Amino acid sequence: MLRRYLRLFGVQLKASTLQALQYRVDFFTEGFTSLCWTFTALAPLFVVYGGRPEVEGWSFGQALLVVGWFTLLQGILEGAINPSLTGVVEHIRKGTLDFVLLKPADAQFLVSTQRFLPWRAFNVLTGVGLFFYAFSLLGHGPSPLGVLTSLVLLGTSTLLLYSLWILTVSAAFFVVRVDNLTYLFSSIFDFARWPSSVFKGVARGALTLVFTYVIPLALMTTFPAEAMLGRLPLTSLLGAVVGSLVFSWVARRVWIRSIGHYTSASS
Amino acid sequence: MSVRGVLRAMPTMLRVGFAESVAYRAEMFVWVLSTTMPLVNMVLWMAVAKHSPVGQYGQADFVSYFLATFAVRQLTSAWAAWIINWEVKQGTLAMRLLRPISPLWAYMFDNIAGFPLRLVVAVPVVVLSVVLVGADKAVPQHAWQWGLFLLAVLGGWAITFLANVAMGALSLFTDSSQKTMEVWMVLFFVCSGYMYPVELLPDGLRAVINWLPFRYQMGLPVELMTGAHDLPTALGLLARQWAWVLGMGTLALGIWKYGVRRFAAFGG
Repeated sequence: MLRRYLRLFGVQLKASTLQALQYRVDFFTEGFTSLCWTFTALAPLFVVYGGRPEVEGWSFGQALLVVGWFTLLQGILEGAINPSLTGVVEHIRKGTLDFVLLKPADAQFLVSTQRFLPWRAFNVLTGVGLFFYAFSLLGHGPSPLGVLTSLVLLGTSTLLLYSLWILTVSAAFFVVRVDNLTYLFSSIFDFARWPSSVFKGVARGALTLVFTYVIPLALMTTFPAEAMLGRLPLTSLLGAVVGSLVFSWVARRVWIRSIGHYTSASS
Repeated sequence: MSVRGVLRAMPTMLRVGFAESVAYRAEMFVWVLSTTMPLVNMVLWMAVAKHSPVGQYGQADFVSYFLATFAVRQLTSAWAAWIINWEVKQGTLAMRLLRPISPLWAYMFDNIAGFPLRLVVAVPVVVLSVVLVGADKAVPQHAWQWGLFLLAVLGGWAITFLANVAMGALSLFTDSSQKTMEVWMVLFFVCSGYMYPVELLPDGLRAVINWLPFRYQMGLPVELMTGAHDLPTALGLLARQWAWVLGMGTLALGIWKYGVRRFAAFGG
Protein backbone atom coordinates (compact mmCIF):
# COMPACT_ATOMS: atom_id res chain seq x y z
CA MET A 1 0.00 0.00 0.00
CA LEU A 2 2.65 2.47 1.11
CA ARG A 3 4.89 1.43 -1.78
CA ARG A 4 2.12 2.08 -4.24
CA TYR A 5 1.63 5.57 -2.88
CA LEU A 6 5.32 6.31 -2.96
CA ARG A 7 5.39 5.25 -6.59
CA LEU A 8 2.38 7.44 -7.34
CA PHE A 9 4.10 10.34 -5.63
CA GLY A 10 7.15 9.77 -7.79
CA VAL A 11 5.06 9.79 -10.95
CA GLN A 12 3.28 13.02 -10.00
CA LEU A 13 6.53 14.72 -9.04
CA LYS A 14 8.18 13.62 -12.29
CA ALA A 15 5.36 15.07 -14.36
CA SER A 16 5.67 18.43 -12.64
CA THR A 17 9.44 18.44 -12.91
CA LEU A 18 9.36 17.68 -16.62
CA GLN A 19 6.97 20.57 -17.10
CA ALA A 20 9.20 22.88 -15.10
CA LEU A 21 12.26 21.87 -17.12
CA GLN A 22 10.59 23.29 -20.22
CA TYR A 23 10.82 26.75 -18.64
CA ARG A 24 14.40 26.84 -17.43
CA VAL A 25 14.64 30.64 -17.54
CA ASP A 26 11.99 30.77 -14.83
CA PHE A 27 14.59 29.47 -12.42
CA PHE A 28 16.43 32.78 -12.70
CA THR A 29 13.41 35.07 -12.69
CA GLU A 30 12.00 33.22 -9.68
CA GLY A 31 15.39 33.47 -8.02
CA PHE A 32 15.52 37.19 -8.62
CA THR A 33 12.02 37.85 -7.27
CA SER A 34 12.68 35.54 -4.33
CA LEU A 35 15.72 37.62 -3.37
CA CYS A 36 13.67 40.81 -3.78
CA TRP A 37 10.92 39.56 -1.45
CA THR A 38 13.49 38.40 1.06
CA PHE A 39 14.84 41.91 1.06
CA THR A 40 11.38 43.25 1.96
CA ALA A 41 11.24 40.74 4.81
CA LEU A 42 14.61 41.95 6.07
CA ALA A 43 14.13 45.69 5.56
CA PRO A 44 12.17 46.30 8.78
CA LEU A 45 14.76 44.30 10.72
CA PHE A 46 17.60 46.44 9.40
CA VAL A 47 15.68 49.54 10.46
CA VAL A 48 14.82 48.07 13.86
CA TYR A 49 18.28 46.81 14.71
CA GLY A 50 19.90 49.93 13.35
CA GLY A 51 19.07 51.57 16.66
CA ARG A 52 19.17 48.85 19.29
CA PRO A 53 21.00 45.56 19.92
CA GLU A 54 18.04 43.37 20.83
CA VAL A 55 14.24 43.17 20.84
CA GLU A 56 12.34 40.93 23.28
CA GLY A 57 15.45 38.82 23.84
CA TRP A 58 16.30 38.39 20.14
CA SER A 59 19.45 39.82 18.65
CA PHE A 60 19.69 40.64 14.94
CA GLY A 61 21.37 37.35 14.06
CA GLN A 62 18.82 35.36 16.04
CA ALA A 63 15.87 37.18 14.47
CA LEU A 64 17.45 36.46 11.06
CA LEU A 65 17.06 32.74 11.79
CA VAL A 66 13.32 33.25 12.19
CA VAL A 67 13.14 35.14 8.90
CA GLY A 68 15.20 32.33 7.36
CA TRP A 69 12.67 29.73 8.50
CA PHE A 70 9.86 31.95 7.29
CA THR A 71 11.45 32.19 3.85
CA LEU A 72 12.19 28.47 3.71
CA LEU A 73 8.61 27.54 4.60
CA GLN A 74 7.33 30.06 2.10
CA GLY A 75 9.31 28.17 -0.52
CA ILE A 76 7.69 24.89 0.54
CA LEU A 77 4.29 26.57 0.59
CA GLU A 78 4.58 28.10 -2.87
CA GLY A 79 6.46 25.24 -4.47
CA ALA A 80 4.72 22.17 -3.09
CA ILE A 81 1.50 23.05 -1.29
CA ASN A 82 -0.11 26.05 -2.97
CA PRO A 83 -0.12 24.90 -6.62
CA SER A 84 -1.89 21.62 -5.89
CA LEU A 85 -4.51 23.03 -3.66
CA THR A 86 -5.40 25.99 -5.85
CA GLY A 87 -6.00 23.27 -8.41
CA VAL A 88 -8.64 21.77 -6.08
CA VAL A 89 -10.56 25.02 -6.06
CA GLU A 90 -10.50 24.98 -9.85
CA HIS A 91 -11.75 21.37 -9.84
CA ILE A 92 -14.64 22.24 -7.56
CA ARG A 93 -15.64 25.22 -9.65
CA LYS A 94 -15.61 23.28 -12.91
CA GLY A 95 -16.99 20.04 -11.50
CA THR A 96 -13.97 18.04 -12.66
CA LEU A 97 -13.27 16.81 -9.15
CA ASP A 98 -15.42 13.80 -10.10
CA PHE A 99 -12.53 12.42 -12.16
CA VAL A 100 -10.26 12.61 -9.13
CA LEU A 101 -12.79 10.95 -6.83
CA LEU A 102 -13.28 8.10 -9.28
CA LYS A 103 -9.61 7.16 -9.31
CA PRO A 104 -8.62 4.15 -7.19
CA ALA A 105 -6.41 6.13 -4.81
CA ASP A 106 -7.02 8.43 -1.89
CA ALA A 107 -8.52 11.72 -3.10
CA GLN A 108 -6.65 13.87 -0.60
CA PHE A 109 -3.35 12.32 -1.67
CA LEU A 110 -4.14 12.82 -5.35
CA VAL A 111 -5.15 16.46 -5.07
CA SER A 112 -2.21 17.25 -2.79
CA THR A 113 0.34 15.94 -5.24
CA GLN A 114 -1.16 17.00 -8.54
CA ARG A 115 1.15 19.91 -9.18
CA PHE A 116 4.55 21.11 -7.98
CA LEU A 117 6.40 24.24 -9.04
CA PRO A 118 10.06 23.35 -8.47
CA TRP A 119 11.36 26.81 -9.41
CA ARG A 120 9.18 28.39 -6.76
CA ALA A 121 11.12 26.43 -4.20
CA PHE A 122 14.03 28.83 -4.75
CA ASN A 123 12.98 30.41 -1.45
CA VAL A 124 14.22 27.26 0.29
CA LEU A 125 17.72 28.04 -0.96
CA THR A 126 17.35 31.67 0.09
CA GLY A 127 16.27 30.51 3.55
CA VAL A 128 19.31 28.27 3.92
CA GLY A 129 21.48 31.16 2.76
CA LEU A 130 19.99 33.28 5.54
CA PHE A 131 20.90 30.59 8.10
CA PHE A 132 24.54 30.76 7.04
CA TYR A 133 24.49 34.56 7.17
CA ALA A 134 22.86 34.54 10.60
CA PHE A 135 25.35 32.10 12.12
CA SER A 136 28.27 34.02 10.64
CA LEU A 137 26.94 37.10 12.45
CA LEU A 138 26.45 35.15 15.68
CA GLY A 139 30.04 33.96 15.43
CA HIS A 140 29.31 30.29 16.16
CA GLY A 141 27.67 27.40 14.36
CA PRO A 142 24.55 25.55 15.46
CA SER A 143 25.07 22.53 17.70
CA PRO A 144 24.65 19.14 15.95
CA LEU A 145 21.75 18.37 18.28
CA GLY A 146 20.19 21.71 17.40
CA VAL A 147 20.36 20.95 13.69
CA LEU A 148 18.83 17.53 14.29
CA THR A 149 15.99 19.01 16.34
CA SER A 150 15.32 21.70 13.77
CA LEU A 151 15.12 19.04 11.05
CA VAL A 152 12.44 17.24 13.07
CA LEU A 153 10.67 20.59 13.42
CA LEU A 154 10.97 21.17 9.68
CA GLY A 155 8.86 18.05 9.31
CA THR A 156 6.28 19.19 11.85
CA SER A 157 6.15 22.71 10.38
CA THR A 158 5.53 21.39 6.89
CA LEU A 159 2.84 19.11 8.25
CA LEU A 160 1.21 22.03 10.08
CA LEU A 161 1.35 24.25 7.02
CA TYR A 162 -0.16 21.53 4.89
CA SER A 163 -2.92 20.83 7.43
CA LEU A 164 -3.82 24.51 7.69
CA TRP A 165 -4.05 24.52 3.92
CA ILE A 166 -6.29 21.47 3.82
CA LEU A 167 -8.58 23.26 6.27
CA THR A 168 -8.61 26.33 4.02
CA VAL A 169 -9.40 24.29 0.95
CA SER A 170 -12.12 22.35 2.76
CA ALA A 171 -13.88 25.69 3.02
CA ALA A 172 -14.03 25.67 -0.77
CA PHE A 173 -16.73 23.00 -0.62
CA PHE A 174 -18.99 25.42 1.22
CA VAL A 175 -18.06 28.74 -0.43
CA VAL A 176 -16.95 28.43 -4.00
CA ARG A 177 -14.83 31.58 -4.48
CA VAL A 178 -11.70 30.61 -2.68
CA ASP A 179 -8.95 31.86 -4.96
CA ASN A 180 -8.53 34.89 -2.78
CA LEU A 181 -8.53 32.69 0.32
CA THR A 182 -5.01 31.78 -0.77
CA TYR A 183 -4.04 35.43 -0.36
CA LEU A 184 -5.79 35.54 2.97
CA PHE A 185 -3.84 32.49 4.08
CA SER A 186 -0.54 33.98 2.98
CA SER A 187 -1.28 37.18 4.83
CA ILE A 188 -2.01 35.31 8.05
CA PHE A 189 1.23 33.40 7.52
CA ASP A 190 2.96 36.79 7.40
CA PHE A 191 2.59 36.95 11.17
CA ALA A 192 5.18 34.16 11.36
CA ARG A 193 7.86 36.59 10.15
CA TRP A 194 8.88 37.76 13.60
CA PRO A 195 9.87 35.83 16.71
CA SER A 196 6.60 35.06 18.49
CA SER A 197 7.69 36.85 21.65
CA VAL A 198 7.19 40.25 19.97
CA PHE A 199 3.46 39.62 20.27
CA LYS A 200 3.70 39.48 24.05
CA GLY A 201 3.01 43.18 24.46
CA VAL A 202 -0.21 43.13 22.43
CA ALA A 203 -3.58 42.43 24.07
CA ARG A 204 -1.88 41.12 27.23
CA GLY A 205 -0.30 38.16 25.46
CA ALA A 206 -3.58 36.92 23.98
CA LEU A 207 -2.02 37.03 20.51
CA THR A 208 0.88 34.84 21.57
CA LEU A 209 -1.62 32.25 22.78
CA VAL A 210 -3.57 32.42 19.51
CA PHE A 211 -0.45 32.02 17.38
CA THR A 212 0.79 29.12 19.46
CA TYR A 213 -2.37 27.07 19.96
CA VAL A 214 -5.09 28.23 17.56
CA ILE A 215 -3.13 29.11 14.43
CA PRO A 216 0.20 27.50 15.29
CA LEU A 217 2.48 30.00 13.57
CA ALA A 218 4.95 30.16 16.42
CA LEU A 219 5.55 26.44 16.08
CA MET A 220 6.52 26.88 12.45
CA THR A 221 9.22 29.54 12.55
CA THR A 222 10.09 30.52 16.13
CA PHE A 223 10.45 26.98 17.49
CA PRO A 224 12.89 25.75 14.80
CA ALA A 225 14.94 28.93 15.15
CA GLU A 226 15.14 28.39 18.91
CA ALA A 227 16.07 24.76 18.33
CA MET A 228 18.99 25.86 16.14
CA LEU A 229 20.12 28.17 18.92
CA GLY A 230 19.87 25.21 21.30
CA ARG A 231 17.42 26.93 23.63
CA LEU A 232 14.18 25.11 22.85
CA PRO A 233 12.83 23.23 25.88
CA LEU A 234 12.20 19.52 25.34
CA THR A 235 8.54 19.94 26.26
CA SER A 236 8.07 22.40 23.39
CA LEU A 237 9.62 19.91 20.99
CA LEU A 238 7.26 17.17 22.16
CA GLY A 239 4.40 19.65 22.02
CA ALA A 240 5.25 20.52 18.43
CA VAL A 241 5.37 16.88 17.36
CA VAL A 242 2.15 15.89 19.14
CA GLY A 243 0.44 19.14 18.16
CA SER A 244 1.20 18.79 14.47
CA LEU A 245 0.00 15.17 14.45
CA VAL A 246 -3.25 16.14 16.16
CA PHE A 247 -3.65 19.07 13.79
CA SER A 248 -3.17 16.93 10.71
CA TRP A 249 -5.63 14.36 12.06
CA VAL A 250 -8.24 17.10 12.55
CA ALA A 251 -7.57 18.43 9.05
CA ARG A 252 -8.02 14.94 7.65
CA ARG A 253 -11.40 14.53 9.42
CA VAL A 254 -12.57 17.92 8.17
CA TRP A 255 -11.48 17.06 4.64
CA ILE A 256 -13.43 13.79 4.65
CA ARG A 257 -16.54 15.55 5.94
CA SER A 258 -16.19 18.29 3.33
CA ILE A 259 -15.85 15.79 0.51
CA GLY A 260 -19.26 14.54 1.62
CA HIS A 261 -20.57 18.01 0.88
CA TYR A 262 -19.30 17.95 -2.68
CA THR A 263 -22.06 18.13 -5.25
CA SER A 264 -20.66 16.95 -8.53
CA ALA A 265 -21.34 18.46 -11.91
CA SER A 266 -23.98 15.89 -12.77
CA SER A 267 -26.06 15.47 -9.63
CA MET B 1 -14.93 60.79 -26.96
CA SER B 2 -15.53 64.28 -25.76
CA VAL B 3 -15.39 65.42 -22.17
CA ARG B 4 -19.16 65.86 -22.27
CA GLY B 5 -19.62 62.28 -23.35
CA VAL B 6 -17.49 61.01 -20.49
CA LEU B 7 -19.44 63.13 -18.01
CA ARG B 8 -22.71 61.79 -19.40
CA ALA B 9 -21.55 58.20 -19.08
CA MET B 10 -20.02 58.69 -15.63
CA PRO B 11 -23.07 58.33 -13.33
CA THR B 12 -24.16 55.12 -15.04
CA MET B 13 -20.69 53.61 -14.92
CA LEU B 14 -20.32 54.51 -11.27
CA ARG B 15 -23.72 53.00 -10.49
CA VAL B 16 -22.83 49.76 -12.26
CA GLY B 17 -19.45 49.66 -10.55
CA PHE B 18 -20.98 50.25 -7.13
CA ALA B 19 -23.60 47.55 -7.72
CA GLU B 20 -20.81 45.15 -8.67
CA SER B 21 -18.78 45.98 -5.58
CA VAL B 22 -21.84 45.35 -3.39
CA ALA B 23 -22.57 42.09 -5.19
CA TYR B 24 -19.04 40.83 -4.53
CA ARG B 25 -18.81 42.32 -1.04
CA ALA B 26 -17.66 39.07 0.55
CA GLU B 27 -14.81 38.82 -1.89
CA MET B 28 -13.82 42.40 -1.26
CA PHE B 29 -13.85 41.74 2.45
CA VAL B 30 -11.40 38.87 1.99
CA TRP B 31 -9.15 41.18 -0.04
CA VAL B 32 -9.26 43.69 2.79
CA LEU B 33 -8.35 41.00 5.30
CA SER B 34 -5.40 40.03 3.16
CA THR B 35 -3.78 43.45 3.69
CA THR B 36 -2.70 42.64 7.23
CA MET B 37 0.90 43.68 6.65
CA PRO B 38 0.55 46.99 8.55
CA LEU B 39 -0.74 45.06 11.56
CA VAL B 40 2.13 42.55 11.32
CA ASN B 41 4.57 45.43 11.37
CA MET B 42 2.62 47.26 14.06
CA VAL B 43 3.21 44.50 16.61
CA LEU B 44 6.89 44.37 15.71
CA TRP B 45 7.35 48.10 16.24
CA MET B 46 5.27 48.09 19.42
CA ALA B 47 7.68 45.52 20.82
CA VAL B 48 10.63 47.62 19.68
CA ALA B 49 9.28 50.81 21.28
CA LYS B 50 8.22 49.10 24.50
CA HIS B 51 10.89 50.62 26.74
CA SER B 52 12.09 53.66 24.85
CA PRO B 53 10.81 55.51 21.76
CA VAL B 54 12.43 55.01 18.35
CA GLY B 55 13.34 58.43 16.94
CA GLN B 56 10.23 60.47 17.70
CA TYR B 57 7.90 57.46 17.67
CA GLY B 58 6.64 55.95 20.91
CA GLN B 59 4.32 52.95 21.18
CA ALA B 60 1.15 55.04 20.73
CA ASP B 61 2.64 56.78 17.69
CA PHE B 62 3.30 53.44 16.04
CA VAL B 63 -0.26 52.30 16.73
CA SER B 64 -1.72 55.44 15.14
CA TYR B 65 0.78 55.29 12.27
CA PHE B 66 0.06 51.70 11.28
CA LEU B 67 -3.71 51.89 11.77
CA ALA B 68 -3.64 54.96 9.52
CA THR B 69 -1.54 52.96 7.06
CA PHE B 70 -4.16 50.21 7.06
CA ALA B 71 -6.93 52.74 6.41
CA VAL B 72 -5.03 54.63 3.69
CA ARG B 73 -4.16 51.34 1.99
CA GLN B 74 -7.89 50.58 1.69
CA LEU B 75 -8.59 53.98 0.17
CA THR B 76 -5.69 54.21 -2.26
CA SER B 77 -5.54 50.66 -3.59
CA ALA B 78 -5.87 50.02 -7.29
CA TRP B 79 -5.88 46.73 -9.16
CA ALA B 80 -6.15 47.95 -12.74
CA ALA B 81 -2.85 46.30 -13.69
CA TRP B 82 -4.22 42.82 -13.00
CA ILE B 83 -7.49 43.54 -14.77
CA ILE B 84 -5.75 44.89 -17.88
CA ASN B 85 -3.37 41.94 -17.86
CA TRP B 86 -6.23 39.49 -17.63
CA GLU B 87 -8.30 41.20 -20.31
CA VAL B 88 -5.36 41.26 -22.69
CA LYS B 89 -4.77 37.53 -22.15
CA GLN B 90 -8.47 36.69 -22.53
CA GLY B 91 -8.87 38.97 -25.53
CA THR B 92 -11.85 40.73 -23.94
CA LEU B 93 -10.03 44.04 -24.24
CA ALA B 94 -11.03 44.07 -27.91
CA MET B 95 -14.68 44.38 -26.87
CA ARG B 96 -13.88 47.28 -24.58
CA LEU B 97 -11.99 49.05 -27.35
CA LEU B 98 -15.07 48.92 -29.56
CA ARG B 99 -17.01 51.10 -27.13
CA PRO B 100 -17.08 54.83 -27.77
CA ILE B 101 -15.35 55.55 -24.47
CA SER B 102 -11.75 54.79 -23.56
CA PRO B 103 -11.31 51.64 -21.45
CA LEU B 104 -9.18 53.71 -19.09
CA TRP B 105 -12.28 55.59 -17.94
CA ALA B 106 -14.00 52.28 -17.29
CA TYR B 107 -11.10 51.03 -15.15
CA MET B 108 -11.04 54.31 -13.30
CA PHE B 109 -14.76 54.44 -12.52
CA ASP B 110 -14.68 50.78 -11.55
CA ASN B 111 -11.97 51.63 -9.04
CA ILE B 112 -13.73 54.72 -7.69
CA ALA B 113 -17.06 52.90 -7.38
CA GLY B 114 -15.57 50.53 -4.82
CA PHE B 115 -14.70 53.51 -2.66
CA PRO B 116 -17.87 53.73 -0.51
CA LEU B 117 -17.53 50.10 0.51
CA ARG B 118 -13.87 50.60 1.31
CA LEU B 119 -14.78 53.53 3.52
CA VAL B 120 -16.96 51.12 5.47
CA VAL B 121 -13.76 49.21 6.30
CA ALA B 122 -11.45 52.17 6.74
CA VAL B 123 -13.61 54.34 9.02
CA PRO B 124 -13.96 51.79 11.87
CA VAL B 125 -10.17 51.31 11.85
CA VAL B 126 -9.70 55.08 12.21
CA VAL B 127 -12.29 55.12 15.01
CA LEU B 128 -10.40 52.30 16.72
CA SER B 129 -7.22 54.34 16.41
CA VAL B 130 -8.95 57.33 18.03
CA VAL B 131 -10.14 55.11 20.89
CA LEU B 132 -6.69 53.59 21.42
CA VAL B 133 -4.41 56.61 21.21
CA GLY B 134 -6.69 59.66 21.34
CA ALA B 135 -7.94 61.96 18.60
CA ASP B 136 -4.91 64.27 18.72
CA LYS B 137 -2.62 61.49 17.50
CA ALA B 138 -4.99 59.56 15.24
CA VAL B 139 -6.63 62.16 13.03
CA PRO B 140 -5.91 65.69 11.73
CA GLN B 141 -6.69 68.49 14.18
CA HIS B 142 -7.50 71.50 11.99
CA ALA B 143 -9.57 72.10 8.87
CA TRP B 144 -6.46 72.83 6.77
CA GLN B 145 -4.89 69.55 7.88
CA TRP B 146 -8.01 67.66 6.83
CA GLY B 147 -7.91 69.42 3.47
CA LEU B 148 -4.28 68.54 2.85
CA PHE B 149 -4.87 64.97 4.01
CA LEU B 150 -7.73 64.47 1.56
CA LEU B 151 -5.62 65.99 -1.21
CA ALA B 152 -2.79 63.59 -0.32
CA VAL B 153 -5.10 60.57 -0.36
CA LEU B 154 -6.40 61.61 -3.76
CA GLY B 155 -2.85 62.07 -5.03
CA GLY B 156 -1.77 58.74 -3.56
CA TRP B 157 -4.65 56.98 -5.25
CA ALA B 158 -3.90 58.73 -8.57
CA ILE B 159 -0.23 57.65 -8.53
CA THR B 160 -1.18 54.07 -7.63
CA PHE B 161 -3.88 53.88 -10.28
CA LEU B 162 -1.75 55.44 -13.04
CA ALA B 163 1.22 53.21 -12.19
CA ASN B 164 -1.20 50.29 -12.45
CA VAL B 165 -2.32 51.44 -15.89
CA ALA B 166 1.30 51.83 -17.00
CA MET B 167 2.22 48.31 -15.85
CA GLY B 168 -0.97 46.78 -17.18
CA ALA B 169 -0.40 48.43 -20.55
CA LEU B 170 3.03 46.80 -20.70
CA SER B 171 1.23 43.48 -21.12
CA LEU B 172 0.01 44.72 -24.51
CA PHE B 173 3.47 44.23 -25.97
CA THR B 174 5.68 42.36 -23.50
CA ASP B 175 5.04 39.23 -21.47
CA SER B 176 7.08 40.41 -18.50
CA SER B 177 4.53 42.82 -17.06
CA GLN B 178 3.78 40.44 -14.18
CA LYS B 179 7.43 40.56 -13.14
CA THR B 180 7.46 44.34 -13.43
CA MET B 181 4.49 44.44 -11.06
CA GLU B 182 6.28 42.23 -8.59
CA VAL B 183 9.38 44.42 -8.61
CA TRP B 184 7.17 47.49 -8.19
CA MET B 185 5.45 45.87 -5.21
CA VAL B 186 8.79 45.08 -3.58
CA LEU B 187 9.96 48.67 -4.01
CA PHE B 188 6.62 49.90 -2.70
CA PHE B 189 6.94 47.76 0.43
CA VAL B 190 10.46 48.96 1.13
CA CYS B 191 10.26 52.64 0.18
CA SER B 192 6.67 53.77 0.79
CA GLY B 193 6.47 53.81 4.54
CA TYR B 194 4.20 50.78 4.44
CA MET B 195 6.43 48.72 6.74
CA TYR B 196 7.98 51.50 8.83
CA PRO B 197 7.76 55.29 8.92
CA VAL B 198 10.12 56.75 6.32
CA GLU B 199 11.30 59.19 9.01
CA LEU B 200 13.20 56.36 10.70
CA LEU B 201 15.51 55.75 7.75
CA PRO B 202 19.01 57.25 7.60
CA ASP B 203 19.17 60.68 5.90
CA GLY B 204 20.90 59.52 2.70
CA LEU B 205 18.26 56.88 2.01
CA ARG B 206 15.45 59.26 2.81
CA ALA B 207 16.75 61.77 0.31
CA VAL B 208 16.59 59.09 -2.41
CA ILE B 209 13.10 58.01 -1.37
CA ASN B 210 11.85 61.59 -1.55
CA TRP B 211 12.55 61.55 -5.29
CA LEU B 212 10.74 58.24 -5.86
CA PRO B 213 6.96 57.94 -6.22
CA PHE B 214 6.44 55.36 -3.47
CA ARG B 215 6.40 57.62 -0.42
CA TYR B 216 3.69 59.73 -2.05
CA GLN B 217 1.50 56.66 -2.54
CA MET B 218 1.36 55.75 1.13
CA GLY B 219 3.71 57.51 3.52
CA LEU B 220 2.64 61.10 2.83
CA PRO B 221 -1.14 60.62 3.37
CA VAL B 222 -0.40 58.66 6.54
CA GLU B 223 1.98 61.33 7.86
CA LEU B 224 -0.58 64.05 7.15
CA MET B 225 -3.29 62.03 8.84
CA THR B 226 -1.26 61.66 12.01
CA GLY B 227 -0.15 65.31 11.85
CA ALA B 228 3.58 64.68 11.46
CA HIS B 229 4.31 67.80 9.33
CA ASP B 230 3.89 71.54 9.69
CA LEU B 231 2.32 73.52 6.86
CA PRO B 232 5.43 74.42 4.77
CA THR B 233 6.83 70.86 4.85
CA ALA B 234 3.42 69.42 4.00
CA LEU B 235 2.95 71.77 1.06
CA GLY B 236 6.42 70.97 -0.28
CA LEU B 237 5.77 67.24 -0.14
CA LEU B 238 2.33 67.66 -1.70
CA ALA B 239 3.85 69.61 -4.59
CA ARG B 240 6.24 66.70 -5.21
CA GLN B 241 3.36 64.25 -4.99
CA TRP B 242 1.33 66.03 -7.65
CA ALA B 243 4.40 66.37 -9.84
CA TRP B 244 4.52 62.58 -9.71
CA VAL B 245 0.82 62.33 -10.53
CA LEU B 246 1.49 64.34 -13.69
CA GLY B 247 4.63 62.39 -14.54
CA MET B 248 2.98 59.01 -13.98
CA GLY B 249 -0.07 60.12 -15.95
CA THR B 250 2.05 61.07 -18.95
CA LEU B 251 3.94 57.79 -18.76
CA ALA B 252 0.80 55.68 -18.39
CA LEU B 253 -0.99 57.34 -21.29
CA GLY B 254 2.10 57.07 -23.47
CA ILE B 255 2.53 53.32 -22.86
CA TRP B 256 -1.21 52.74 -23.21
CA LYS B 257 -1.51 54.56 -26.55
CA TYR B 258 1.52 52.76 -27.97
CA GLY B 259 0.33 49.41 -26.61
CA VAL B 260 -3.20 49.71 -28.00
CA ARG B 261 -1.77 50.42 -31.45
CA ARG B 262 0.27 47.22 -31.17
CA PHE B 263 -2.72 45.30 -29.82
CA ALA B 264 -4.92 46.38 -32.72
CA ALA B 265 -2.21 45.21 -35.09
CA PHE B 266 -2.36 41.73 -33.50
CA GLY B 267 -6.12 41.35 -33.55
CA GLY B 268 -6.87 43.22 -36.74
